[in-house]
Amino acid sequence: MAKQPNNKVLLDIHRRMVRIRVFEEEAGKLMEAGKIPGALHLYVGQEAVAAGVMVHLTNDDQITSTHRGHGHLIAKGGEFHRMFAELFGRSTGYCKGKGGSMHICNMELGMLGANGIVGGGPPIAIGAAFSQKFKKTKNVAVAFFGDGASNEGSFHEAANMAALYKLPAILVCENNGYGEFTPQANHQAIVDVADRAAGYGMPGVVVDGMDAIAVYEAAGEAIERARKGAGPTLLECKTYRFYDHVGIRGMGLTYRTDDEVKQWMQRDPITLFEARLAEQGVLSEKKAAAVHAEVQQQVKDGIKFAEDSPFPDAASLLDDVYATGS
Amino acid sequence: MGQAQVKADAGARKLPYVSAITEGVREVLLEQDNAFVAGEDVGQAGSVYGYYRGLYKEFGGDRVIDTPISEKGIIGLGVGAAATGLRPIVDIMFMDFLGECMDEVANQMAKMRFMFGGSATLPITVLTMSGAGANLAAQHSQSLEAWIAHLPGLKVMMPATPYDVKGCIIAAARDDNPVFVVMNKMSLGLTGEVPEGAYEVPIGVANVVRPGKDYTIVTLGRMLHEALKAAETLKGIGIDAEVIDARSVQPFDTKTVVESVKKTHRALVVHEAVRFGGFGAEIAAQIQEHAFDYLDAPVGRVGAPFSPVPFSPALEKLYVPNAERIVAEARRLIGA
Repeated sequence: MAKQPNNKVLLDIHRRMVRIRVFEEEAGKLMEAGKIPGALHLYVGQEAVAAGVMVHLTNDDQITSTHRGHGHLIAKGGEFHRMFAELFGRSTGYCKGKGGSMHICNMELGMLGANGIVGGGPPIAIGAAFSQKFKKTKNVAVAFFGDGASNEGSFHEAANMAALYKLPAILVCENNGYGEFTPQANHQAIVDVADRAAGYGMPGVVVDGMDAIAVYEAAGEAIERARKGAGPTLLECKTYRFYDHVGIRGMGLTYRTDDEVKQWMQRDPITLFEARLAEQGVLSEKKAAAVHAEVQQQVKDGIKFAEDSPFPDAASLLDDVYATGS
Repeated sequence: MGQAQVKADAGARKLPYVSAITEGVREVLLEQDNAFVAGEDVGQAGSVYGYYRGLYKEFGGDRVIDTPISEKGIIGLGVGAAATGLRPIVDIMFMDFLGECMDEVANQMAKMRFMFGGSATLPITVLTMSGAGANLAAQHSQSLEAWIAHLPGLKVMMPATPYDVKGCIIAAARDDNPVFVVMNKMSLGLTGEVPEGAYEVPIGVANVVRPGKDYTIVTLGRMLHEALKAAETLKGIGIDAEVIDARSVQPFDTKTVVESVKKTHRALVVHEAVRFGGFGAEIAAQIQEHAFDYLDAPVGRVGAPFSPVPFSPALEKLYVPNAERIVAEARRLIGA
């Protein structure tokens, strides 16, 4: 039976989701205003997945992420100051300004990086899971990836090896219905990516990725299974990105209808969750608003820190190409 | 070091290249509790060329791990394991198979430390087999060191002798960076002195194997042996060639090569890979940048023609550079 979240966990999930939402809204605006350089892939709409999974993990558990990775780092405990600093390309960022949005990471938190390559994460997550098995710990590794990545050979090889070696791994597919601009029906002949689990010899589970509690329960079972040494699970979360592939306004391509977007937005994972918590008497509307306000202030502080931070020194250009002193 | 590596003292222990590989890997597994080997048929079968033979039995299946035929998975396993505290040795059976895992090599392994602002350390050793001459045709015979030497973040070694292959593997495994040890399948039976115990061949240091005063011949990998034969022929016509085995392609020991050219005033670069756009072009460029005023002749290059490796023994023989072609090119360049 799935473990029900207690009130403390519910509030924790809520805060993680709000932190992602507010961070991403502000980051998106800053990019489109030209203040953050490069391209940001925003996680807005998918918050229930990152929060519902990550609330089970400790810093000793590892994750790999995607090009849409801010949400995973925030849910894993990433600090706004250092995240914004990285997005602004400053030396105080998590990657000292060398990685930016698509490579943001924090090894101490067990976040082995966003990844600019679709399907880049799963083989690395399998390596992290192998480490845990080799060291005989109870830690796990989680690979987040999209429906698009499930067509990459790297995903297939990683899934096969995870099952073969019974690694403590969880493969979390965030099926947001699109591989970049191509709808799922045009990139694979199946509806549920989780169907592929049978081909690897692991359980495949489908959950509503807009429902944080459903994600929490399913992820809890998969993680428990992995910690017990029973092997990996492919957990597919049906979700949706509210904004475009890149940014908020995006490129204005007409690959999905306003109506479709509106319908998914009516199932906003944070709105749904807050309604449920209010109904259960766990979090009043007023208290929820207070959380948003508090996070808004943290985001503001983070942006200020980033803007006040120096750009990397010219002398650092060639730093960290290699480890030295070994 | 130096000549001692190829000209063994009488009575010194001699081993074939293939056994030197085994010894190198074994020393690493004995020395580092967090080291493991993973690759296709490396475990129970001991690899297609037998160079892991005995290690599965000695260290067990938890440390000598058979993988599916999944190069992306193998390199990915290495990257993830290294980033979380282990010291993987991963095997890509034939260098040609790099095409199967080039994203994991080029975009993940090579760049992770830099992209992460130095917060990740990836002590990975990749062992792989290169080289033509075994009639294995176009997909099992290539020398693709230029692909990986072009990627900042990777180190690349090409050991030519039994001594060097053991020392390169140990040096690679002790290094905190991803290091490729590109071995040569035609050298597996080559015998030479191999000391017992652990020792390192330093990464980034070329080896002046045959000192000479008239001509600098720089070689990559197995071409060392062809160049040494060529040097004997050249000696017969009064040209005293200095043969330098690069050993390390990335980083490349420009200093040793340039010092030699300043003395000999002539240089020829020899590798098995396709000549056009090969790593020899970089070596030639380094020489002209740093020793232009010392050169008495154009810097020459000997390599394979711009073609895939042919299967037929009759054609493959024409394809792979050898001592005769080295001699001919050396003579052509100086009109001797």
